[in-house]
Amino acid sequence: MSWAGKLLRVNLSKGTCQSEPLNMGWAKEYLGSRGLASKYFVEEVDPKVDPLSPENKIIWATGPLTGTMASTGGRYTVVTKGPLTGAIACSNSGGYWGAELKMAGWDMVIFEGKSPKPVYLYIENDKAELLDASDLWGRSVWETEPSIKIKHQDPQIRVSCIGLAGENQVLYAAIVNDLHRAAGRSGVGAVMGSKNLKAVAVRGTKGVGNLKDPKAFMAATAAGKAVLAGHAVTGQGLPTYGTQVLMNVINEVGALPTRNHQDVQFEGAKDISAEAMAEPRESDGKPHLVTNQACFACTIACGRISKIDDTHFSIENKPQHMHASGGLEYEAAWALGAANGVNDLETLQYANQLCNEQGLDPISFGATVGAVMELYEMGVLTKEQIGIEAPFGSAKALCYLAEITTEGTGFGEEMGLGSARLTKKYGHPDLSMSVKGQEFPAYDGRVIQGIGLAYATSNRGACHLRGYTIASEVLGIPVKTEPADTNGKPELVKAFQDATAAFDSAGICIFTSFAWTLADVAPQLQAACGDEFTVENLTTIGERIWNMERDFNNRAGFTNKDDKLPKRLMTEAAKSGPGKGSVSGLDKMLPEYYKVRGWDAEGRPSAETLKRLGL
Amino acid sequence: MQKSLHINADKCTGCLQCEMACSYEHYGVFNTSKSRIKVFEFHKTGKKVPYTCTQCDEAWCLQACPVDAIRVDLITGAKVVSDDTCVGCKVCTISCPFGTINYVQDTGKVQKCDLCGGDPACATACPTQAITYVDADWTGLDRMREWANKLGNQDNAN
Repeated sequence: MSWAGKLLRVNLSKGTCQSEPLNMGWAKEYLGSRGLASKYFVEEVDPKVDPLSPENKIIWATGPLTGTMASTGGRYTVVTKGPLTGAIACSNSGGYWGAELKMAGWDMVIFEGKSPKPVYLYIENDKAELLDASDLWGRSVWETEPSIKIKHQDPQIRVSCIGLAGENQVLYAAIVNDLHRAAGRSGVGAVMGSKNLKAVAVRGTKGVGNLKDPKAFMAATAAGKAVLAGHAVTGQGLPTYGTQVLMNVINEVGALPTRNHQDVQFEGAKDISAEAMAEPRESDGKPHLVTNQACFACTIACGRISKIDDTHFSIENKPQHMHASGGLEYEAAWALGAANGVNDLETLQYANQLCNEQGLDPISFGATVGAVMELYEMGVLTKEQIGIEAPFGSAKALCYLAEITTEGTGFGEEMGLGSARLTKKYGHPDLSMSVKGQEFPAYDGRVIQGIGLAYATSNRGACHLRGYTIASEVLGIPVKTEPADTNGKPELVKAFQDATAAFDSAGICIFTSFAWTLADVAPQLQAACGDEFTVENLTTIGERIWNMERDFNNRAGFTNKDDKLPKRLMTEAAKSGPGKGSVSGLDKMLPEYYKVRGWDAEGRPSAETLKRLGL
Repeated sequence: MQKSLHINADKCTGCLQCEMACSYEHYGVFNTSKSRIKVFEFHKTGKKVPYTCTQCDEAWCLQACPVDAIRVDLITGAKVVSDDTCVGCKVCTISCPFGTINYVQDTGKVQKCDLCGGDPACATACPTQAITYVDADWTGLDRMREWANKLGNQDNAN
């Protein structure tokens, strides 16, 4: 059946760990990972709960394909109510941790309450116990993981944990596993910190074996891998250049948000692109990029391993940064670079490594730096307040802000609030480039209309991973649509959102969807889980998950008024590039989107829609 | 013609498809802890290195076994553990200089690579050809070709 069939419930207040059978009825309706964990979450948690209170819960969940030979079958999801947004948060990560949990015999772990003192959960197959983490509190991710391995005398343990940012409850703190893979967005790390939960360490030696039809599964996964290998994006572009292959592409279409979305093209894009990463440096003759890296079971291998020049100012006297490490992905390179006008690759990598080392979402952090730099240039924030001169393009300011944000010292405490709260505090809320409090990723929503709508309606705040219409609007996958056109975009966004929810819930990586459609996923799920997982059913499951998340947000207090883009995208036209002169057509698309979704004018799923989806 | 597993660590991405293929082939489960090929990651350099038995001609494990539980497969050349004979004494695990034969708690026997009877699942599963199954006499062929190509590409070559 491919599910392990049981979940672990950990009550941090009482210090108890209990095994429960997985609700298989729900598994059939919500698949696993994002969908199934969200179902448990909405059933058990009051939507009005304070995200950082003991009443909030946080769930680590795998999908039915996690821990199998299905390509990219190593993903896990963290579901909770996000402190950055107040909406349902669902952050997905790769690396090896998810597969290890599944191999230990668990589909998911639900944490409730709050521990009176710092603890970590240690799972060894069926055994699970909360252990004292007072010696780990105050330590970075990079210190915590080896410490746990040494303590248990087992180098094969996998660790998912927080660094200082999570402990300090930075509202966009990430959860990091395998040193540099992260459940990055919406502040899931802060929820961990609020519960005094430092880490979840797992060792699993039971494996995943109860597939419905193993032979058919091996054939279906082999066919899937062949499709990935033969596709230009998943077979060549991503392994060679990583997601950074997009930097020059998006800059050319004039959709690379620059200097807090004031511009849509960055003159320094080529300096921070994938091509630049592969070029030998002037200083030491070595390229920035060392090699690529796959996550568990992934046959794409888009991950980047880079090394900062040892003589670069940013890592002076920082030996922990003088070796190869994860980065830069496109989103991080954009958020730390173009969004702030910084074009120094080494600095971006340092800031990125700091985000990994201390557990910070580089997108929200970088975008918050962008807002701070704009406020500095306007004279609203001064050098004395920030602690450094912070004009756009300042590499030194970026490094400084990254350090104080992770440490939570001085102005870093305000940085940790995210751009929405920070700009509001200083009287300029319109300068936060965010939706529902969460900062935009690396595509301009006024030039590429579909992605603007996807941002506005994303259930976890602005996000590219809830409906990546860039695939269609820029790359022509599965069909090319015009970025400037608003017609047909509501349907396009809905289709991407629903399919994505199904991909996420299967336990595989959304990057497979450059080459795969649900027609490639269905045979793998059918062989692993059961015949009922047809393309039609998976599409319905995706739509069901989307509406369930939306319904939770509505009950948390969100309305159609929150499905909006910042004033800048609605009124300040793009200054250059093919989309010059354009603003977002959200006002036209949103009512249509509600209609396509079967929601009322206030953005609430109608009774009929809920009934159709079995909600 | 016998074949050998040939490993090019520079091509390894660390996806562990080989480990899963191995455990599935021998135990019918996806379980990296049961794999006879192991990928090592070196975080500080970014290197990933698959490692398994090289099937020594004069195999230490085979010589050391007190009950003759390790025999040569005459077709593939693999040194194969007979579960029926192995008593789990672990002397072979001490004698192997490379550590590629190991005890399995669940079965009370040792396990090592047996080349899957001539069609190694790890090589089939590897997406980057970091693991290949090639002519045993010519494991260096690709590397020779690479160097030959470098020489051939020199400006003054004719």
